[in-house]
Amino acid sequence: MTDFLQLFFSGLATGSIYALVALGFTLLWQASGTINFAQGEFVMLPAFMMVMLLGSGLSLYFAFALTIVLSVVILGWLFKRGLVDPLFKYGMMPIVVATIGLSIAMRNGVRAGYSAEPQPFPQVFPDVIFDVMGVTFSAGDVGTFVFAMVLVLVTQAFLNKTVTGRAMQAVAQNTESASVLGINVPRMIFYTFAINAILAAAAALLVTPTYLAKFDMGEGLGTKAFFAAIIGGFTNSRGALVGGLLVGVSENLAAAYISAAYKDAVALVIFMVVILFKPQGLLGKKEERKV
Amino acid sequence: MKKLNLLFALVALAALVVVPNFLKNYGIHMFTTWLVFIIATMGLNLTVGYAGQKSLGHAAFFGIGAYTVAIFLKAGLSFWLGLPVAALFCFVVGLALGFPALRVQTIYLAFATLGFNTALWLVMRNEEWLTGGTFGINNIARPSLGGISFDGNLAYYYLVLGFTIVLALLLWGLLRSPWGKAFTALRDNAIRAESLGIDTRSYTLLSFAIGAVYAGVAGGLYASQVQFIDPALFTVGASIMMYLMVVVGGPGYFLGPVLGSAVGVVLPEWLRFAQAWYLFVFGAAVVVLMIWLPDGLLSIPDRIKARRQSRAASAARAAAGKGVKA
Repeated sequence: MTDFLQLFFSGLATGSIYALVALGFTLLWQASGTINFAQGEFVMLPAFMMVMLLGSGLSLYFAFALTIVLSVVILGWLFKRGLVDPLFKYGMMPIVVATIGLSIAMRNGVRAGYSAEPQPFPQVFPDVIFDVMGVTFSAGDVGTFVFAMVLVLVTQAFLNKTVTGRAMQAVAQNTESASVLGINVPRMIFYTFAINAILAAAAALLVTPTYLAKFDMGEGLGTKAFFAAIIGGFTNSRGALVGGLLVGVSENLAAAYISAAYKDAVALVIFMVVILFKPQGLLGKKEERKV
Repeated sequence: MKKLNLLFALVALAALVVVPNFLKNYGIHMFTTWLVFIIATMGLNLTVGYAGQKSLGHAAFFGIGAYTVAIFLKAGLSFWLGLPVAALFCFVVGLALGFPALRVQTIYLAFATLGFNTALWLVMRNEEWLTGGTFGINNIARPSLGGISFDGNLAYYYLVLGFTIVLALLLWGLLRSPWGKAFTALRDNAIRAESLGIDTRSYTLLSFAIGAVYAGVAGGLYASQVQFIDPALFTVGASIMMYLMVVVGGPGYFLGPVLGSAVGVVLPEWLRFAQAWYLFVFGAAVVVLMIWLPDGLLSIPDRIKARRQSRAASAARAAAGKGVKA
């Protein structure tokens, strides 16, 4: 039982990172219909930004702050202006292909231009272990989970409680009516891209101490975040949270009790079962098709 | 346009029959690889280009075909039994995978196939008793038929060429039939196709499963060609390469895969100068190509035609305008 609880809680920590990445993915999809196949690399790049900034002598705190700014400019603004805007009118497929190309370029650009070796990364949370009734928690897992949860909840509060957030939701639901109501649609869409970049940078901060900064670290992360988003429900931003935690926990439990070799297939299995029985996702509402 | 296509196809065919005679082993190997990828991407072109589904797990079916044939040959069974079994197996797996994914949204198929590719790769790597694990399967035999041995590289090349032509003609026939028209109709407007009485779900599912069969046959031929297979050949990365071959050639153009596979097989050779930066250059080239030509290389003639027509139309308008003034 203690084993089970331990696996469960460390699964929650991993799952909360999936949830962060999945949330950004869901927001991009809702606001602009962009499926970003470079989402995993959007976590990898900030990790390397931080590694470089730390290498130049900055403290982790400043390195992270600066990385957020850089991410918003490069992964938010530049990505939108340079790639999504010119391709938007051609439909989904060219964007899918271009983001696939982008992920290949980013991964291998870092490999060739920086290093193919995994780069060490400082611990964000103190290296302490708690013992509660025989179940041990590491401060890293607890801190990761709490920090990611706070970010997800803050993002949701921003979307639901502020005028800007509600305007962004209006754009996601119906772009034309939003623009008739005087909402600055392009700006709201840019905000979505910016939030996605911030969430990705935060995920990088949380995931890199355990997984190390490596050029291909985004590969599994991106796919699992997609699955998490769909499992939870694409149309609901809370879906990303539920999906992320579900995937993280199931993966950990399956690796321990079923087969460690097939850990990476767990997300796919849940995804297939969910779309077979509840295609709109666990929390999603059924969407009418637009003609 | 039709005549031009036919002429191009005939010239290309003549070149494919004659040229390898003058090539050394490496050249024959490149040509055979090209043909294998033409078969695989023809299937993917049916799924992606004609039926409009996004499949990012084509290398998984390619792998199923390759491993099925290799395992059959290792068990002492005939290649001519292994290849149809591989094709049938791919068809069934394609149906099983496509059924849940295609019930929802087209983009779900992309994720389902992507995840399936990863899962299958894990099977290839972990189930050593069947697949040889990371060591793969080596010394895969080449087939013979009715006393003709395809052991030599050139002989095997002609066998693959024969398969390519037959499969291309089958696809051509399929696309010209009412069935094929239904595929295109549902790509262009799924809701309209549905209201015309086309059962979109079973057609998309079939297009996906038939695409998988082409990949399986190509994989089986590939296993005998290279005589050594391991899981590294069938990763998600390989699937993405095949998808890009279709997109670069021009999805929905019958000869798109011929061009796309040539680019995909030859490009790594061209880009050798870039060394470590090769894949970076490749990825960046894909992004630039998409922004410049979202419909692929074979859309260039159509684009020129459209531009000429619009220029002619505006000239006509200008002339008409003058006529009114005068």
